[in-house]
Amino acid sequence: MNDPILEMRGVSKSFFGIKALRAVDLTVYAGEIHALMGENGAGKSTLMKILSGAYRPDPGGEIRIEGKPARIEGPLGGRAAGISIIYQELSLAPNLSVAENIYLGREISRSGLLARGTMREGVGPILERLGADFLPSTLVAHLSMGQRQLVEIARALHARSKILIMDEPTTALSAGESERLFALIRQLRAEGLAIIYISHRMDEVYALGDRVTVLRDGRLVGSLDKQDIRADAIVRMMVGRDVSSFYKKDHDPEAGKGHPVLTAIDMADGQRVKGCSLRVHAGEVVGLAGLIGAGRTELAHLIIGAAPKISGRLELEGQPIDIRTPGEALEAGIAYLTEDRKALGLFLDMSCLDNINLAVLGRDATLRWFLDRDKARERADRAFTGLSIRAANVGVPAGGLSGGNQQKVLLSRLLAIAPKVLILDEPTRGVDVGAKSEIYSIIDNLAKAGTAILVISSDLPEIIGICDRVLVMRAGQIAGEVTRGPNSPLTQEDIMALATGTEHIDA
Amino acid sequence: MPDNAASEARPAPTMTNGGAAETKRQRVRMLISALGMLPVLLILSLGFHFLSDGRFFTGQNLGIVLQQAAVNTVLAAGMTFVILTGGIDLSVGSILAASAMAGLTMSKLPELGALWLPAAVLTGLGFGIVNGALIALLRLPPFIVTLGSLTAVRGLARLLGADTTVFNPSIPYAFIGNGSLTLVPGVASIPWLSVIALLVILVSWLVLRRTVLGVHIYAVGGNESAARLAGIKVWAVVIFVYGVSGLLAGLGGAMQAARLYAANGLQLGQSYELDAITAVILGGTSFVGGIGSIWGTLIGALIIAALSNGLILVGVSDIWQYVIKGLVIIGAVALDRYRLQGSART
Repeated sequence: MNDPILEMRGVSKSFFGIKALRAVDLTVYAGEIHALMGENGAGKSTLMKILSGAYRPDPGGEIRIEGKPARIEGPLGGRAAGISIIYQELSLAPNLSVAENIYLGREISRSGLLARGTMREGVGPILERLGADFLPSTLVAHLSMGQRQLVEIARALHARSKILIMDEPTTALSAGESERLFALIRQLRAEGLAIIYISHRMDEVYALGDRVTVLRDGRLVGSLDKQDIRADAIVRMMVGRDVSSFYKKDHDPEAGKGHPVLTAIDMADGQRVKGCSLRVHAGEVVGLAGLIGAGRTELAHLIIGAAPKISGRLELEGQPIDIRTPGEALEAGIAYLTEDRKALGLFLDMSCLDNINLAVLGRDATLRWFLDRDKARERADRAFTGLSIRAANVGVPAGGLSGGNQQKVLLSRLLAIAPKVLILDEPTRGVDVGAKSEIYSIIDNLAKAGTAILVISSDLPEIIGICDRVLVMRAGQIAGEVTRGPNSPLTQEDIMALATGTEHIDA
Repeated sequence: MPDNAASEARPAPTMTNGGAAETKRQRVRMLISALGMLPVLLILSLGFHFLSDGRFFTGQNLGIVLQQAAVNTVLAAGMTFVILTGGIDLSVGSILAASAMAGLTMSKLPELGALWLPAAVLTGLGFGIVNGALIALLRLPPFIVTLGSLTAVRGLARLLGADTTVFNPSIPYAFIGNGSLTLVPGVASIPWLSVIALLVILVSWLVLRRTVLGVHIYAVGGNESAARLAGIKVWAVVIFVYGVSGLLAGLGGAMQAARLYAANGLQLGQSYELDAITAVILGGTSFVGGIGSIWGTLIGALIIAALSNGLILVGVSDIWQYVIKGLVIIGAVALDRYRLQGSART
């Protein structure tokens, strides 16, 4: 193979004496897609920030770009060295146009005035090369997430970057948008760019990766070449042990047959949800699959009263029930885990203790108003042990925890009300492999205890791994149901066929 | 959403087993953040003490400082509730004036004179609830609603006294404005105004830290959407905090009325909202909501009072007092930011 475009040798980084990276080596060649994997906290982001110039590595290591020692300093250092990073949370200014965003920080001006026309012409060819279906003058606010990602990539190409680092680029994309992104990434590889691709999702790594490098606890565990990339090998490298039963499903799906807990009939909001009915039995885990935008989250919001419905009714354990606010849903025993735990779930500045107890503070209170601090403490301690939440103590702010531990804190809040129905919206999004497996076993145990569980997920292997049957939504309606038979397992193909509408299954 | 880079890069004290050292360090850190501006207050006071040849730390002068801080402390306590939810209340000065006018007018009625105190407080509560209802139910921005009531209530305050100064030299309960509570006869006493202010701080602390409602206030300020999804009645919390702010502004009005035996709808309480907001900010409460403590607010109010008093003792001219006060406020908050940055995230 040709000479490496990027070589890192013995790069370390410590914060306050704690090593976040220990002597990591990384070699990346031009024209390859190099997947970087590791649990949260393994050091992927630190490594990236060193490459972008946001962090300065500890003395002793060496970074070479195209064979020459490189010093990457300051926020623009990475770009100057030919490295561009596309973060999970895109860093575009929505109030500016596509062209202005691409030129951000390097605007062309003519006698002090912005040369908008020149800038628009300058980005035209790049947008064309990327197959963009929008104009340089379009406001970024009007673009979809997938389109915004194109703008980010255009920005990198425009800066003539040779190394493109993408951090979980598909998190906010629909399946179609992801496919288009993959095609584009392959095209960029063919054009000779080196792409470092960070992802938690095994299927993406299979589909794209030419090589995989795994980090754990700030150390380099090893690299795999394309022919050696296998899920179990990667998971073992990431976790450092065998994850024998990754998906856990020991509960009996038939246990609650004939005992429906949640029945939703003809739910509609007049926009994204068009007359959906579903039923979940006690002790059953039902999947709700579908493409992004199919209306799954919106349906969940209708059920818990977080959005106004124009039609539909609910039955809880056979009794009609009227739910108009999330508070009423919680009181009735219907708990909803949001897909966006940072924006809609957790209180990042509040302690884990308060976060866990929030829904039951009133129930526990002395004289209706005064906090029962002993009870709260006990409950938080129980949650920490029961769900193995890893944090210094229950008093630390939830915002300081890793994604997986944050998710478990949020889940503890819902479990505190001992829900009859648990609706989980993307329960393992942004959660590392170890915590994922733990969350699956929590779900399984809840089902064993008789909780009716509805799991919304875009991760098909996950849905297939943990659910008893799967409802598939398409364009605001339940397009069909995929069930598991004695000889017919759930398959991704059946679910995708319903989700995309490529095949009609008899109702 | 996947974890952001900052938290991943953070050294994970959470995972280590060397828990003892970690918790100790954490405790030190918590102590520092709890102390907040207390060192600034002490340094300022010591500085004034030496510059004024030992006239700051005398029983009499400290009494004056406490008394000067009292009304602002009460207003700032209410403001703390509001700012903790991410809101702002610009109308407290006007509400204070209107409440004082209502109280004084009431005190002149022969039959009902003794009821002037509750009348003042309830007037404030009423205005506060109107503010809160407009913000919570009509979803109007707090800044705009309270900017409007800053003006409108000021007008009502003038209307109440027909735009004159209302006097009542024989107002009942005048002792709360000018009397002192004797702690040790002949040695130590504390002005009733300060006693009231400290009680307000204590009750505020109790509500914020020991009740369900308190947690809900922090939750609404920390993340309003999440609070709504978690089943918190956000509208009720919002009406409550503006109600408290109004009620305490009413109490502040009563304190002023008792102290002055008079009130003027035009002049009383002018720009008091700025001092109250300053005290809250100096106390380390986050302007976006969700973070802060009532003790910080108390220290903030004391810093403002110590600064006014000390500059007079040292003999700084009135004009320079303004400049110095402004700079100290900016400097103190800058120091606070710097301190928090050093201790928190990388």
